[in-house]
Amino acid sequence: MAHEHKLEIFRGLLKFKSNTQKIWGVLVFLTIVTGVEVVLGITKPYVLTSNTFVGMKILNWIFIALTLVKAYYIAWDFMHLRDEKNSLRRAVVWTPIFLVSYLIFILLYEADYIYTVFRDGFVTWDF
Amino acid sequence: METSVTTASEGRVWGGGNRPLDASYGKLMMWFFIVSDALTFSGFLASYGFSRFKFIETWPIADEVFTHVPFFHGNFPMYYVAFMTFILIMSSVTMVLAVDAGHKMIQKKVILYMFLTIIGGAIFVGSQAWEWATFIKGDYGAIETKGGRILQFVKADTGERAALADFAKTLPGERVDHERRNGIWFYQDKALPSFTVNEVTEGLLANPNILIRTETITEAGEKQLLTREESLTRIKDATEVVEGANLIHNEYGSRLFADFFFFITGFHGFHVFSGVVINIIIFFNIILGTYERRGHYEMVEKVGLYWHFVDLVWVFVFTFFYLV
Repeated sequence: MAHEHKLEIFRGLLKFKSNTQKIWGVLVFLTIVTGVEVVLGITKPYVLTSNTFVGMKILNWIFIALTLVKAYYIAWDFMHLRDEKNSLRRAVVWTPIFLVSYLIFILLYEADYIYTVFRDGFVTWDF
Repeated sequence: METSVTTASEGRVWGGGNRPLDASYGKLMMWFFIVSDALTFSGFLASYGFSRFKFIETWPIADEVFTHVPFFHGNFPMYYVAFMTFILIMSSVTMVLAVDAGHKMIQKKVILYMFLTIIGGAIFVGSQAWEWATFIKGDYGAIETKGGRILQFVKADTGERAALADFAKTLPGERVDHERRNGIWFYQDKALPSFTVNEVTEGLLANPNILIRTETITEAGEKQLLTREESLTRIKDATEVVEGANLIHNEYGSRLFADFFFFITGFHGFHVFSGVVINIIIFFNIILGTYERRGHYEMVEKVGLYWHFVDLVWVFVFTFFYLV
């Protein structure tokens, strides 16, 4: 268990002097991202809610992207995945990503089909 | 530990002591647990997505459901949840600092940071309990129709939501809660809501300022508002008064919404709670000097992994339950 830490984030754009300093840096970054999410969630800019991409509002895509960014920094810097061996990191990260993407795909695709059945079927649901 | 068997001899690969992933047994097992637990949470969130896409046109809008902040009155969508998120991230930070201090073998600092982590976790669990209480209690009340749809009420002039108490009439009549002790078969009826369907209907008829809002989401992303005439016809479908939420009825809209709220945030809250308990155990071990004697603070690192994972899950719950 080597205790050396990789001290740079944003692909080396930002380099910290000590591990403690890096932790605070990451906290600032995560707080900013959460703040952006909350502001967007409350203001809901019209441009972002009126346009869609692959059936979902642009705003929701932004939320998901920001969430993944946050997840990345929590896993890489708080859970120290950045300092682990490549093999461990890949096993931990890609296994769920593969399984979850598959799960999301089949469930949402099926749900969309059921939605059309509800909408176009001959049975009324709203009474 | 530091320099175990490296690539010195091919013959000893299977002889033990070789650590291809360069992580201890305990840490690897924690990673195994985290990956499988992540899949459980993904299952919950994906099934939430399933139900939501299924009822995409009638799903409740989270901004309109979670609008409360303790000690303040008014409409504050999401501020409190954002605060909870920040608390959890903050306690994650103190946890990393504890791990960091553990690497440097500074017992005093580990104690301090572990203590702060526990406090953060406790605040979070408390906040979640408060969220649950508010959600279960409800605020405006609604009517449920024969088909299980929820009808909410809006003041026509201001566009604000109207609570049942604002307009429902009080009709003379006797309604008694049927309690278990009165029944021959020790069978208890469900608790009576504050108003009967009749009282709400009469109140709506008498008050021209009240309109009905349905579950349907319009093009503009808002709930559909019926005209006065439509409201008067729609109220005839009413079968039940719903106040607050439980697993069967809720005043916010789709029944599944409350079910998923209880399951997902409940399962997460249970994780946080057990995390706090484990943290406390480790905290006392640190004070007792167990890890000083053991020579390393790896236990703190392992419980830290779990704690960060709980934070990680919350980040996703926050997005998919409150934001999207």
